[in-house]
Amino acid sequence: MTATQTTPVYVPPSGNVAFTGVLASEWTKLRSLRSTVWSLVAAVGMLVGFGLLFSWGVVSRWDRLGARERLTFDPTRISLGGVFLAQLAIGVLGVLIIGGDFSSGMIRSSLAAVPKRLPVLWWKAVVFGVVALVLMTVASIAAFEVAQTVLSGKGIQTTLGADGVLRAVLGAGLFLTWVALFGLALGTMLRNSAAAISTLVGVLLVVPILMNFLPSDWRDHIDRWLPSSAGDSLMAAHTTDAQLSPGIAATMLVVYLAISLGAAAVLLLKRDV
Amino acid sequence: MIVADDLTKVYAEKTAVDAITFTVQPGRVTGFLGPNGAGKSTTMRMIMGLARPTSGSVTVNGREYRDLPAPMHEVGALLEARAVHTGRTAANHLLALAQTHGIPRARVREVIDMVGIGEVADKRVGGFSLGMGQRLGIAAALLGDPGTLILDEPVNGLDPEGIKWIRDLLRHLAGQGRTIFISSHLMSEMALTADHLIVVGRGRVVADEAVTSFISRASARAVHVRSPHVDDLSRVLTAAGAAVTVQADGLLVVNDLNAPEIADLAADHGLRLYELAPQQASLEEAFMELTAADIEYHGSSS
Repeated sequence: MTATQTTPVYVPPSGNVAFTGVLASEWTKLRSLRSTVWSLVAAVGMLVGFGLLFSWGVVSRWDRLGARERLTFDPTRISLGGVFLAQLAIGVLGVLIIGGDFSSGMIRSSLAAVPKRLPVLWWKAVVFGVVALVLMTVASIAAFEVAQTVLSGKGIQTTLGADGVLRAVLGAGLFLTWVALFGLALGTMLRNSAAAISTLVGVLLVVPILMNFLPSDWRDHIDRWLPSSAGDSLMAAHTTDAQLSPGIAATMLVVYLAISLGAAAVLLLKRDV
Repeated sequence: MIVADDLTKVYAEKTAVDAITFTVQPGRVTGFLGPNGAGKSTTMRMIMGLARPTSGSVTVNGREYRDLPAPMHEVGALLEARAVHTGRTAANHLLALAQTHGIPRARVREVIDMVGIGEVADKRVGGFSLGMGQRLGIAAALLGDPGTLILDEPVNGLDPEGIKWIRDLLRHLAGQGRTIFISSHLMSEMALTADHLIVVGRGRVVADEAVTSFISRASARAVHVRSPHVDDLSRVLTAAGAAVTVQADGLLVVNDLNAPEIADLAADHGLRLYELAPQQASLEEAFMELTAADIEYHGSSS
């Protein structure tokens, strides 16, 4: 068989890649994976559950605590204690949202559909960022309220109206959203979930421990600039002199995120998949 | 129409695609043939904008893939069976791709039915057989109803019924005036499916022609001869410039002379012939012959 002059000319349907389309597509991708749903449930559960557990522990031992411990007790801080675990769940999810695409080959389908590539990253970040922000903010408020209810048994609770408390509780939601998006950036940069998760854990949990090995005058200069320390500042009702102010902490986190997402974008554009 | 011009891809330690130039015309099925490691997949990934050429260019309908305003409506591709997240259902995978172009859900259902995966569409892809995964990949390629289809090893993992189905589908789509470009390392499959062949070996184009002319050009042109006068005949033919080998059972394999010439020489010398059979090389043999020097990984047997 050979092509002849009478071969019909095929005219394809029209229609463009629109940003609303990529947005809808990223939402479908996010909601259609069971692992996403379970990781989000885990993050919320850890945040509320551990806030409850820690407050219950304090209440049950309160009468035996020393005066000094009672004096420094911070009802906001203890209610948000679950952040340290929740950050792992939401951060790992951030990595997997793109890491799973690289390991499965899905990234080729995604980038063949959107060959400009960057809309995939931006809309993934927006969709996941909004979901994380809403859920983590609600979970932070829930963790706070549940913990205060427990603490009220000993009259040691506080309220969202108290000085700095609302900012600290909302700060927890913001910091967890930051971790989620930082995970996404690491997953995009490293393209390997295991490597990206290790890096994430290293930055959030290991580097702060390493600070203890530095001479104290160095440590005081460096430690406060770490993302984990900036997060602490954001989530503290009252910051200490060793910490950045919440405003500067938030700015630093935005800067770190902008740099890592920017690097992720450049690498995504440049690399073969 | 796909046009590759001096297309080259060099990786750190090897040249995968070496300055290849070819055109894939609409209205016919073009086979992209070559042994494993010949650069077929790399070439297809460059067409799809997934890999960047080191030099040269490749365009679809006159534009680089990245510059197409609605790529899924112009090009559909099956680049490997598993370019799918295993945790997602087939229907959701297709929906996510369709949404980027505002393709309606009805079309998603349509392609699911077209490729025959309706029963497993709401199951997660991780449990799919290779054949079902292949059909899902073809469904994804057809989503945008594109004028150009690029399929990398489409028959891989398909059962005989599936192979016949895809062969008929590709013929049908080419008949509508679409550009169909399929790769394979299986010559026999190409003989049945393709109209035109682009053959590559070690990153270079070694043939670009109609399937029929490819076979005849590359034919060994040997003639099998049987005669009671093996020694005499062999001497006469050799003297006339032929290359003759005598096999154990007395069969003479003659190269460089055609059947009429052999018959005339035998008659001139009064030698009887019992059998005179010109050999037509199969596509398989033609391919082996053309790429013999270009095959990267030789098997120890075969």
